[in-house]
Amino acid sequence: MKKSKNYIPALTGITALLLFVVLLENISSIIPGLPSVFDPTSPLFTVLKKAAVYSLVAVSMNLLNGFTGLFSLGQAGFMLLGAYTYAILTVPAAQKDQVYYLFGGCAFDFSIVDMFEGIFGSGGAGGAFSMILGVLIALILAGCVAGFFAFLIGFPVLRLKSDYLAIATLGFAEILRAIFQWQKLGPITNGANMIKGFPTFSSFNITDASGNVIVRLSTFVPFLITSLCILLIVLLIHSSYGRAFMAIRDDEVAAEAMGVALFRHKTLSFVISSFFAGVGGALFAMYVANAQAKAFTSTMTYEILLIVVIGGIGSVSGSVLATFLYVACSEWWLRFLDSELYFGNFKVPLLRNGFRMVVFSVVIMIIVLFFSQGIMGNREISFKAFRKGKNKQ
Amino acid sequence: MENTAENIALHIENVTMQFGGVVSVNNLTLDVPEHKIIALIGPNGAGKTTAFNCITGVYRPTNGLIEFMGKPIVRNHPTGKDAKTYLGENADKYAKESTLSPTPDEITKLGIARTFQNIRLWKSMTVFENVLVAKHMRAKQNVFSATFRGNAAEEKRMRDETMALLQEQGLDSYKDELATSLPYGLQRRLEIARALATDPRLLLLDEPAAGMNPQETLELADFVREIREKYNLTVFLIEHHMDLVMNISDYIYVIDFGSEIAQGVPDEVQSNQRVIEAYLGVAEEDAV
Repeated sequence: MKKSKNYIPALTGITALLLFVVLLENISSIIPGLPSVFDPTSPLFTVLKKAAVYSLVAVSMNLLNGFTGLFSLGQAGFMLLGAYTYAILTVPAAQKDQVYYLFGGCAFDFSIVDMFEGIFGSGGAGGAFSMILGVLIALILAGCVAGFFAFLIGFPVLRLKSDYLAIATLGFAEILRAIFQWQKLGPITNGANMIKGFPTFSSFNITDASGNVIVRLSTFVPFLITSLCILLIVLLIHSSYGRAFMAIRDDEVAAEAMGVALFRHKTLSFVISSFFAGVGGALFAMYVANAQAKAFTSTMTYEILLIVVIGGIGSVSGSVLATFLYVACSEWWLRFLDSELYFGNFKVPLLRNGFRMVVFSVVIMIIVLFFSQGIMGNREISFKAFRKGKNKQ
Repeated sequence: MENTAENIALHIENVTMQFGGVVSVNNLTLDVPEHKIIALIGPNGAGKTTAFNCITGVYRPTNGLIEFMGKPIVRNHPTGKDAKTYLGENADKYAKESTLSPTPDEITKLGIARTFQNIRLWKSMTVFENVLVAKHMRAKQNVFSATFRGNAAEEKRMRDETMALLQEQGLDSYKDELATSLPYGLQRRLEIARALATDPRLLLLDEPAAGMNPQETLELADFVREIREKYNLTVFLIEHHMDLVMNISDYIYVIDFGSEIAQGVPDEVQSNQRVIEAYLGVAEEDAV
């Protein structure tokens, strides 16, 4: 009983955060005349949405790299699988001809959302319910497809150690990207073109009959899904399996000698991590409102790896924190570096298009050189009450 | 051992382990009877740890058979390239039988637990967690029931058993400390406690007294005897400390350069000329 009480502050915290997000994105319509930062189009919400998506991927990578000690660089590949699965399954059949016009329609004439609309009706509450259910199932299937591929490539790849595993998974992700751009697969993947027209985060905004937004939920939705997924990962990490993963990370030989079936547990961690990367990929597709293979480059994997390192390898809250800082810096706070700036007649030197990336790289180098433990090391942010409850136990 | 009436816990037969052109363990045959403390001794590089690694599945022996509680658990014979380069004996003896090469975790599940020569505790985990992980193997949960906390009863049982074990080993006051922050002697003890958590029938100790002072070594001897009684164990150990070996062993096997050179009860081994030569080193006839 005592143990379950420990989760209450955490759950309260998550609920409060979610409510805060809803309030934040609707505040500009409740109180007019606020600074433009609170407008729905402000970079604040772009950052929040992207960071919510990325934090799930970062935590899933941390589960593998930080908690199981498997250095894998295949994250973008699994995101790609998730994004395409989601997109292909949810583009309404009516739009498929238009999206796949280069290939004379889609070979896969089915949409989960359409299926539910057939059952619950396409208008009003029935339509909304169909979309939510359809998106939810498509997200889970996106994760399952990524997880299934992880299971398949896990057989040869997970026997490799450290750097070799990284190279193999990186190669896998690159191969996937090439395959998905292959013209011959066009009727399924739309070749090198993007798939669009599927439900995105803004589809969840509640609108009136004429299409005006009443309640915005487009930031809330990624937060909700990410929180749920991260909660699951945290529960896993704190279970017996999570401890076995950490034992493998700390000393593989000892773990095996103490009865931890090495290969089975590595596969498990790899599949679970890839499942959530797949869900993250689907969320990413929702965020950018399209699915296109060329978005899922190895640069994306490195970005996520950087976030994990900055946050602290082996810290879930560190990964989340680092994601928000990283995305905010790259998408918002350091944007001014990219445009020329004048004080009167004085032109600030160096500021020009692309300078942001220079500063960014230097900041990252400083972090990696002098704060190699990251922001959190392997500690976690915890509530004081949570601490006290733990000590009492 | 001559006495065949007692049950043999571990039976090693003609085990040869060859790495390239080096024969680390050569045609080793030995028996570990149930509820006895048996020692395997030998000078540095004699192949003791390699023998242990063959038993625990870390290495796959090139040739030979290992039985545990009367059942074959490891069996192999040289094939392919190994057959051509094989330098050992009895290459045909097991050729007709199927090969068996379980992984270390499967061996542990059968009831053989081990400790390591250089302590291998999980360094980022607490004392409590180190022992708790060893309980993971025998748990019936799956990853879903564990994540969704459907295994609360089992988890509680694992924690209770771990706590009880730590109390028995006098480690409960350190339970929330990092395993690597313990003093050396206690780290050794924790490693043994961790091995005990897997519910073994046979405990393999790889140089348990390494790095210990005489006082600690003496305590260790009592400790090993104590756990043998308490957990109804068979103990098979590798050791360098002659005091400890002569003190606690029921029977001793001595190996040098991978081959057995002597066996017997402590007194016999102590006075055996070949053992003394192997340990002290004597000028060979052709040596200058």
